[in-house]
Amino acid sequence: MPDRTQAVFGYPSALRDVTTHYCPGCTHGVIHRMVAEVLDELGVRSRTVGVAPVGCAVLAYDYFNADMQQASHGRAPAVATGIKRARPDLVVFTYQGDGDLASIGMSEILHCANRGEKVTVVFVNNAIYGMTGGQMAPTTMPGQVTTTSPLGRDVRLAGEPIRMAEMLCTLRTPAFVARGAVHRPLHAVRTKDLLRRAFTYQVEDRCFSMVEILSTCPTNWGLPPQEACDWVEQTMVPYFPLGIFKTPDGSDRAPRPVW
Amino acid sequence: MPRIVIERDRCKGCELCVKACPQQILGMTKELNSKGYFFAFVAEQKRCIGCRVCCITCPDVAISMCVNGTMIHYFRY
Amino acid sequence: MAKKLMKGCEAIGEAAIRAGCRLFFGYPITPQNEIPEYLSQRMPQVGGTFVQAESEVAASNMIYGAAGAGERVFTSSSSPGISLMQEAVSYLAGAELPAVIVNIMRAGPGLGGILPSQADYLQATKGGGHGDFNAIVLAPWSVQEAADLVADAFDLADFYRNPVYVLGDGLVGQMMEPVEFRDERQPIRPLEPKTWASTGWKKDRPRAVINSLYLDADTLERHNVDLQAKFATIRRDEVRWQGYHLDGDYDVLIIAYGTVARVCLTAVEELREKGINAAILRPISLYPFPYQALREAAQKASAVLVVELSAGQMVQDVHLALQGSRPVHFLGRTGGNLVSPEEAAAKVADVLEGRSVEVRHA
Repeated sequence: MPDRTQAVFGYPSALRDVTTHYCPGCTHGVIHRMVAEVLDELGVRSRTVGVAPVGCAVLAYDYFNADMQQASHGRAPAVATGIKRARPDLVVFTYQGDGDLASIGMSEILHCANRGEKVTVVFVNNAIYGMTGGQMAPTTMPGQVTTTSPLGRDVRLAGEPIRMAEMLCTLRTPAFVARGAVHRPLHAVRTKDLLRRAFTYQVEDRCFSMVEILSTCPTNWGLPPQEACDWVEQTMVPYFPLGIFKTPDGSDRAPRPVW
Repeated sequence: MPRIVIERDRCKGCELCVKACPQQILGMTKELNSKGYFFAFVAEQKRCIGCRVCCITCPDVAISMCVNGTMIHYFRY
Repeated sequence: MAKKLMKGCEAIGEAAIRAGCRLFFGYPITPQNEIPEYLSQRMPQVGGTFVQAESEVAASNMIYGAAGAGERVFTSSSSPGISLMQEAVSYLAGAELPAVIVNIMRAGPGLGGILPSQADYLQATKGGGHGDFNAIVLAPWSVQEAADLVADAFDLADFYRNPVYVLGDGLVGQMMEPVEFRDERQPIRPLEPKTWASTGWKKDRPRAVINSLYLDADTLERHNVDLQAKFATIRRDEVRWQGYHLDGDYDVLIIAYGTVARVCLTAVEELREKGINAAILRPISLYPFPYQALREAAQKASAVLVVELSAGQMVQDVHLALQGSRPVHFLGRTGGNLVSPEEAAAKVADVLEGRSVEVRHA
């Protein structure tokens, strides 16, 4: 009997064979693997440069089998702009958290998208600052307790969570903007497809692409991994709807003024 | 016949795969791996339907799958 | 190549292009606007890339990315903008990336004014950014020298893999002077191919990781020791200065850089006609500062006069150089006012006739 065993699911070659520092159940790992799988599928690993800014995922420069650059907090889209403009033949992606992208780096992401830089932004939204120990982020949910919103986020003082995907889709520059999640396996499958489309738009030199991905932070949310996934389902998804917000050939979604 | 392999020392004991498996054939061991976590293991390999949900769920790529013969997936990953 | 009458800012831009730089990321701020303006028109002509960033913070991080990808990069700004770039300059030094940063200085602090100043001396030479690092700082006094120093800056940046400032007081950027670009210019340092750059890992070299994060203390300390060795080499090999009338006798030695040194040279010529002997030592590299040359030049003088467009910053380095061996006097203008030759000459006379109070530092 010939041995016709085939591997169906295994370690993507674009992911380095190391143990990550991420907490048990943190879905950063899932997103890392899917990005690596997409890079493998598109066959672009050898001409990819990733940008890992400050945050839990700064150590991503140790986790991808590609040339990487570590960027200062919030500036990954600018660093990526520099790389892409210097070497347009490279596939450039940034891997940013919500504190990095939606707080200190808000200006950089908006202008990078508005200039239409042909880079791919992987935006991991876990509603908290992870690496620094669980502070309130721009995407922290109303009432969510963090180390800097001990009584729960008070929207009268800290405002409402920022919806980045919706914000970017009001820009008229063509782009691919979508939001996915990885708290359920089938959501992860759809998110991988979003990532595949995003990177494909870049490989085809078409437009800027960003995929916002709802992710968990069991440690700083104080929830076991599975309950953290449930929390994403019950609390985050209703506020951060999943799907594709903008495609390069679609019209912009800026709200119309009314009198 | 699909077969999944869980690398004991990659697992961080988060139990996401155990809860995600539609066949509920995964369990947590009582012994510790080299990282000091109780790790997941395959309780009933024969009932595995090869849906890859555990592989997709695992944040540490600790679960790999191979198949002997044809395999039909009902979703593209 | 024939001399051409050019504004300082434009000559700086052209010098960068002739140095092979095809990437400029900048942001508008007076008095350096003509650099981005000139390059926005010129870069496309040479197949280069001009990007107007959304802020100096972004611009400085764009040069980080482009430098990390192995390209010659260049940005320019003026004092407040340079302050916004300070974090990135520290990152450039920490990640050992070559970059040229032009600062056409304007009066401060705060929004200050748009007229010339030299009040960013300490920020540039002692490191405005965090951590132990130094950037090479070159200070031109003319449009021609600005163009020449920009060309040298690219070679030094690549050779040392370190940021290099070209520090011009507002005048250098705004005045027009004839300038000549030598086509057959050779690099002033042997330049290696940038195999360390992040150009896509084809596994034919170690994986490139452009990074300054070292969570392990010993590793970070070894990195700091290596960086300090680099800065020691720079202090040994890259000192540049120019002397005027240093070979004859002189009673007062003037220390000044940039266009202020030209003003002082006029003053010294006038003084010499009246029989008063003065000389000038003009630092061209502000880092590394010419301590040794200054110590030697001060031997012949009875007093030293430091002239700056600031409240006194380089004067601190003069004190360090002289270690109290000579009285140090200071003449400074701020707010964008310039030192006039008459003023400088009068100050020299005051120094010689004891009317000037010595500047004491603790």
